[in-house]
Amino acid sequence: MSLLEDVKAKIKEELPNLDCVIGWKQGFDPLHATPHFMRTEKDVDQLIYDPLCAQNLASYLPGMKDKKVGILVKGCDSRSVVELIQEKLIKRENLVIFGLPCSGAVDLTRVNDEFGFVGRITGVNFSDGKMEITTPDGSSVLEIKDLLLSKCQTNPYASPVLCDHDFSPSGGPAICGQGESDALQALEGMSLEQRFAYWQYHMDRCIRCYACRNACPMCVCRDHCIADTREPHWLSQETDVQQKWMFQLVHAMHLAGRCTECGECERACPMNIPILSLRQKLNREIKELFDYEAGVDPEAVPPLLTFKVEEANINERGW
Amino acid sequence: MAAKTYLTHEDISKWLEDMSSQATVLVPASVDRAVKFVPYDAQTQIVLEHQATAPPKEAVFPQTETLLKYRYKKDTEHPETQPLEVKEDVPEDKVVVFGARPCGTRGFVIYDRVFTSDTITDPYYKARRANTAFITIACDQVENTCFCHWVGSHPADSEGSDIMLFPVQGGYLAQSVTDKGDQLIKQAGGTKASGEQQKEADTIQARVREELGEAPDISDVPASLLQIFDNLDFWNDVSAKCISCGACTYLCPTCYCFNITDEAYGLTGKRIRTWDNCMSYLFTLEGSGHNPRMTKAHRLRNRVGHKFSYYPELHEGVFACCGCGRCIKHCPMAVDIREIALRAKETADDEQSVSA
Repeated sequence: MSLLEDVKAKIKEELPNLDCVIGWKQGFDPLHATPHFMRTEKDVDQLIYDPLCAQNLASYLPGMKDKKVGILVKGCDSRSVVELIQEKLIKRENLVIFGLPCSGAVDLTRVNDEFGFVGRITGVNFSDGKMEITTPDGSSVLEIKDLLLSKCQTNPYASPVLCDHDFSPSGGPAICGQGESDALQALEGMSLEQRFAYWQYHMDRCIRCYACRNACPMCVCRDHCIADTREPHWLSQETDVQQKWMFQLVHAMHLAGRCTECGECERACPMNIPILSLRQKLNREIKELFDYEAGVDPEAVPPLLTFKVEEANINERGW
Repeated sequence: MAAKTYLTHEDISKWLEDMSSQATVLVPASVDRAVKFVPYDAQTQIVLEHQATAPPKEAVFPQTETLLKYRYKKDTEHPETQPLEVKEDVPEDKVVVFGARPCGTRGFVIYDRVFTSDTITDPYYKARRANTAFITIACDQVENTCFCHWVGSHPADSEGSDIMLFPVQGGYLAQSVTDKGDQLIKQAGGTKASGEQQKEADTIQARVREELGEAPDISDVPASLLQIFDNLDFWNDVSAKCISCGACTYLCPTCYCFNITDEAYGLTGKRIRTWDNCMSYLFTLEGSGHNPRMTKAHRLRNRVGHKFSYYPELHEGVFACCGCGRCIKHCPMAVDIREIALRAKETADDEQSVSA
């Protein structure tokens, strides 16, 4: 049996004990996968799994905390599940985790760059690290490695760090975690003034839709975000770069040492703003200070959610 | 109908240059792979081949708009009073929106019924609307998310436009459709279109219309949506994957809900109008703490209901949707409003056959 058939069979086996199982199905066209909440065997038959299944489904879990839920995860997604468990935002005992192998998640913006125009795609096929795209005018073949989301480059967990049903051994060689993020490296090489100009340029086109916030599995204030409230009046309703940038900084700071670098913020942005690099930067700082990585050990306490009198890497009294 | 004028790409560049000396000309431009309308200058990377990521709605309905500025004054003679100086900020700038698609332009026709009706006229909207001209490009290709033909429009719809441009080899055939358009087209130069060019344009239009396919009949969707209003199972189901962000709303050419906020800085301040977003928890959060639209299911029901039921009921059956498909294309979770409308109809029909 193929991987997909194995997964479907296992989901059908678990389904009677669960409210639903979250996976993916084809969206409005062959290029778009969409989250799929499976409740019946017929729903399970619609399941797909390929490099277009980029959405991190863990984002739905905090809202379903008290339900018995099954969830399909790629390696990187599993880190979000673990971090949510660490922060007691979801209950391990309510979850059945289906761990999938990953051959990379495709960035539709890059497909558009490489292919030219993705509005009229009639078919997509994956084989041997290649993506074949069909339109009414013919077809082209692209290399998946040229189309990956930027998070694939940095997230080294190709296999799930926690799961109940592990399908990852049947996957091919991992192509993720091959280096540092291009955007972050470019930022590191800039002067303060250049970085400021970079963010002014990019944040100018932000439309304040907060897709970045709402797609983030670790963004837990949900309906009570300071970006929306008038009390306290931390952000005004004006659409200037100052407000937009302030929100990004608040978001990034709240994610320091919590962000699992799933890249949903950047993938969800309809204006293609490269905001993952901010979260990555803060994570690098946390790694250096606390030797900690978010979402790899369900028992670990995130360093900013606890307190130690003496931190090993912070010289507090030695001045 | 007046003869069309053939404009080469060079004519267009010159025309844009000319117009930009008299008005702000907004053109779709690529800003790091997202396409939005920006004021034209000679360096602008104009993208006319495809639909822009963001529609031109800011031209008439800015995301933030200052309605008035105020200042409290101190009157030492009468310390018990605090006189207030208020300055209204009605826009006067002339604007030309160049290169939108018919769906993006047509959004404002849907706004007009709300902001410039017989009973209520919004002076800010009215001023901007009167000062803005639209030069719209008829579509020469279809996207999988296009559905303008579902909502009573088509790829060469001139409703709301002042000039229509029809793509042909080497340029466009331009046709004025309003007095405003007549004035603008005079500056364009160009040559009289040949019969062959006209035929070419017609062939393209016929092909595009055919590629769109048959539209389903959605005339009973308004009634269906009212019928299943209380069917929360349905709304929970269709909203399950929605993450309640505002990408759909803020990229929609027909969403017009707004907020009004006073931003105070000491003794001075301004009253601003900003886009609101019905997907947000705060949209109908009441002062008491009660929220009639507690969950994303309630909020998505409102978004779909407003576009496909409540608005048409108030406005002669016209849908508050231009079928541009941006809400589908740019939704991070690929929520499809077409699917929801059709499923609403199906669910209402099923309910009826059960009760019959």
